[in-house]
Amino acid sequence: MDERQRQPAILPPPHPSDDEVIDRHTAIPTTVGGESPLVIMELLQRMKVRDVMRKEITVLSRRDTMSRAQELMRKNHISGIPIAENGRLYGIVSVDDIIRALTGGWIDDLCAKHMSTHLIVLEADMPIAFALRYFENYKYNRFPVLDRHHQLVGLISQRDVTRALLYELTVAINRLESKAAPDNPAPDDPAALYACREYPVVHNDLENAGKAANDIKRLLREHKFDTRLARRIAVAAYELEINICIHSFGGSLTFMIADGKATVVAKDTGPGIPDIVWACQDGTSTANDWIRSLGFGAGMGLANSKRVSDRFDIVSVMGKGTTVTCQFNLPAGTGADTAAPPPARQGA
Amino acid sequence: MELAEIVELVKGTAVTPPDVAPQVSCAYSSDLLSDVMGHAPEDSVLITIQNHLNTIAVCTLAGINAIVLCHNRPAPDDMAAAAAREGVAIVVSPLSQYAAALALSSLPPASR
Repeated sequence: MDERQRQPAILPPPHPSDDEVIDRHTAIPTTVGGESPLVIMELLQRMKVRDVMRKEITVLSRRDTMSRAQELMRKNHISGIPIAENGRLYGIVSVDDIIRALTGGWIDDLCAKHMSTHLIVLEADMPIAFALRYFENYKYNRFPVLDRHHQLVGLISQRDVTRALLYELTVAINRLESKAAPDNPAPDDPAALYACREYPVVHNDLENAGKAANDIKRLLREHKFDTRLARRIAVAAYELEINICIHSFGGSLTFMIADGKATVVAKDTGPGIPDIVWACQDGTSTANDWIRSLGFGAGMGLANSKRVSDRFDIVSVMGKGTTVTCQFNLPAGTGADTAAPPPARQGA
Repeated sequence: MELAEIVELVKGTAVTPPDVAPQVSCAYSSDLLSDVMGHAPEDSVLITIQNHLNTIAVCTLAGINAIVLCHNRPAPDDMAAAAAREGVAIVVSPLSQYAAALALSSLPPASR
């Protein structure tokens, strides 16, 4: 149907340029119910400011007058105009500045004189989660967006974020509903088990590091996985999660159970590992002193996750990122008790 | 071994609520969390100086039931709260890691 045509490509390149559609639908979590908060969290991390911001914006220069700004605001129904020249942002004139100019009698002065210059900006590459936090922390209605060369590339408002999120959520929910399997898989056959979850991992966010691995372990416990197998999977997940957190610019951890195998995929967005053989050796690390003081960075992460896996793959491209895949064979009978959706728990 | 016995042997104080009273069957000592993750046996007590939230995450994943924090290192509030939630006991002890390990020497390195 029409919806299909509107959906972005399933496997976009890992680093889309500013004009491309960003990686949105590589792995929507689709599984045994109760996934909606994850879908939202994942969207907030995966969607970037550049996907949501308005690129066609009205801009004035420092030599324009406040009354010109007022005129444009009224004409274009906008509440703020960035003051920029050759892409460099100097300030912003908001409705408040116009009201002050009208009451103070300086509406014919130059914008340069009365624009707000205490600016809080967002970067185009930031996840939407950041933008939401900014809207909450600073009571501004909009933020100018700069690219990595500090050039003004757009404006983002709360309304832009809400609209984009609503669209993405609708797509995600449609997918979840269409994937909800009507049939219960045959018990006792691990090949019939299916689950997929994806967790964003933020650089240096050690406070939350381990939450993905813990959630995976909880899922395995619910599915009555053998405790040793569950621990091996959780160890790999934790090590890879910590690695993304400590060594990369950020990324995601995906956990899948399908075709009789459990797979943990850790994917980051750079900087990449120059020497994979060296990095996989026990005791080799590039971690800094702060990380080491917390008991991490001993250089055992990759070696540990390799040791516990039945199959281990690592691909790294400098400047692009690293993808590590740990796979585990599920013995017959794994999760047999819970292959059918578990009944709602009630008081005994 | 009961938690109360561990508390006594390491001359320590339990900082988790009294209902967090796990049994442990072996012990492991390390300050490298990756090492703990890779090698600590299940149902063990971990002797360490790593007094932060990530230690609880590692213990939960590795199946470690109790932690002895050496040199009287305090458990920060977030660590103590996570430990209580996950059922991991924390004992703060004045001993060093080596002294604490000696004090708990009746526990084997891995469960039998």
